[in-house]
Amino acid sequence: MNDDGRHGGVNVIEARGLRKDFTVRVRKGLLRRERRDVAAVDGVDLTVQRGELLGYLGPNGAGKSTTLKMLTGVLHPSGGRVSVCGLTPVPQRILLARRIGVVFGQRSQLWWDLPLRDSYELLRHIYRVPAAEHAARLRRCRDLLELDPFLDTPVRQLSLGQRMRGELTAALLHGPEVLFLDEPTIGLDVVSKQAVRGFLAELGETGDTTIVLTTHDLADIERLCRRIVVIDHGRVVHDGGIDALHTRYGSQRRVTVDFDTPPPALPDLPGVHLEATTGPRLTFTLDTSASVGTLISTLTTLGNLRDLSVTEPEIEEVIARLYRSEGRAPSQRNP
Amino acid sequence: MAEPAAASTAAIYRRLVAAQVRSQLAYRVSFVLDLVSNVVFLGADLLTVLVVFHRVPVLAGFSLADTLLVFGLASLGFSLAELIVGSIDRMQRHVRTGLLDAVLIRPLGVLWQLLVLDVGLRRVGRVCSGLVVLAIAVRLAGVPLTPANLLLLVITPVAGAVFFGAMFVATATVAFWWVDSGELSAALTHGGRDFTSYPLTVFGGWFRHLFAFGLGFGFVAYYPALILLDRPDPLGAPAWLGWCGPLQAAVAATLAALIWRTGVRHYRSTGS
Repeated sequence: MNDDGRHGGVNVIEARGLRKDFTVRVRKGLLRRERRDVAAVDGVDLTVQRGELLGYLGPNGAGKSTTLKMLTGVLHPSGGRVSVCGLTPVPQRILLARRIGVVFGQRSQLWWDLPLRDSYELLRHIYRVPAAEHAARLRRCRDLLELDPFLDTPVRQLSLGQRMRGELTAALLHGPEVLFLDEPTIGLDVVSKQAVRGFLAELGETGDTTIVLTTHDLADIERLCRRIVVIDHGRVVHDGGIDALHTRYGSQRRVTVDFDTPPPALPDLPGVHLEATTGPRLTFTLDTSASVGTLISTLTTLGNLRDLSVTEPEIEEVIARLYRSEGRAPSQRNP
Repeated sequence: MAEPAAASTAAIYRRLVAAQVRSQLAYRVSFVLDLVSNVVFLGADLLTVLVVFHRVPVLAGFSLADTLLVFGLASLGFSLAELIVGSIDRMQRHVRTGLLDAVLIRPLGVLWQLLVLDVGLRRVGRVCSGLVVLAIAVRLAGVPLTPANLLLLVITPVAGAVFFGAMFVATATVAFWWVDSGELSAALTHGGRDFTSYPLTVFGGWFRHLFAFGLGFGFVAYYPALILLDRPDPLGAPAWLGWCGPLQAAVAATLAALIWRTGVRHYRSTGS
């Protein structure tokens, strides 16, 4: 996890026009079968700088896992160029394996029938990590992820949350420069999710480890990622901050006010729409351009405010809108 | 990054095998049952041979002792291959469960990792039975223990193991393209073992040619056994063929390695 200048460029991951086609055979009649190429990843450009914490999102089947597998050297790309830590993943798989860590949320790197501790010892040998370095990293993970209570328990007896904490540790003991996480919080309870997120946030803050994370849990994204890349139908449909996504899809904040008595007349402010009136309660929606402050100061002149709340736009809503619009018109993608 | 020394790579694999032993010993009863059932399996094959010779004194020109020698050489070679490489016939499962993905992200060779992570120690039982049968056959057939014969008795099962191992790997590789490919694999490995367990003379025309020469199974046990028994081939092949096992094993291993490499390169994975 320390920076000893192992490579020059700031771009840890670079992909240009990355694609993966799968051949599927479709039954046509009794014996005839037709081969069809389906693009799981269809020309993805991606640049990730050292120390970034990137959220990689997309609906099921969008090509997230396939991209991750091409970046980690598991799958051979059908086209395009890719380099991770300055290496080409598939031909340089073994060199790359020493410099990246991978957690597949639904697959284990651990020895099922052995105590967790034994897996770490085996991994130390597999990755040829000096004992002192290994011990220091394990110490840190034990503290942050609270592994001690189950370090001597066979992995098959661990709860999912415990196992995931164990998997994260396993992926980090050789000090990878890049950590790839494929749905690390899938199926975890709230407490375990928070533990995993907290740990990743801390890891990301040090800036030594680049993290690429796929997830369906948008709370992971909100908590962790400043930059998100959304793919759908194998193509990048958004690359940037969450704010940019809100602006693009016209996300609306919502202001709800309770008056003592309903006000007689309402002001006409640009970008502010009255959504509902239920007795003394008024609900407004605001475009991204409108100011909450202006609205509130105007409202206070109209009567006595008893209560007031501002709701930020839901990321879920924005993402859902994004998926839906891409589903309708996959050709109209943002360059 | 310096290339790791071969010796320390071997040490890593030793640790992985040791871990597998500990894992399997976690289920003691099932381990013992497996071990016993594997001995019984070989016993059943042996029984077939004995039943046949109970009815006829000579089978296609070969006595019981002669046939047992062929059987012993083939069984030992096969069971060695099965012990070390046999688990690869679960390749489809490794593709489906994602073990293959897990193995691909580690800085070690794919094939050896899969073999080590799935090594079936219960198969030790079969190797032991194979050794016992071979020893008995050597004694019954009165094979003179000259240095040349001893050498042949060592290299033949080893070459046979390499050859069957190559068969296991080559046929399991098909799972990279065709996820349900178990039948083909079984036909060539277990079918091949049954073929090599009997003198070639019991098989007829084209079938014999295909298996014995086309696929190379004749070199596993039959031709070496002829040298050990010091008798000419009733089918007229020259005696030196009995020493060609290692050569044929090397060819088979090279081909299997090529097929395996191609398979890994074209591995398409099963999605998330």
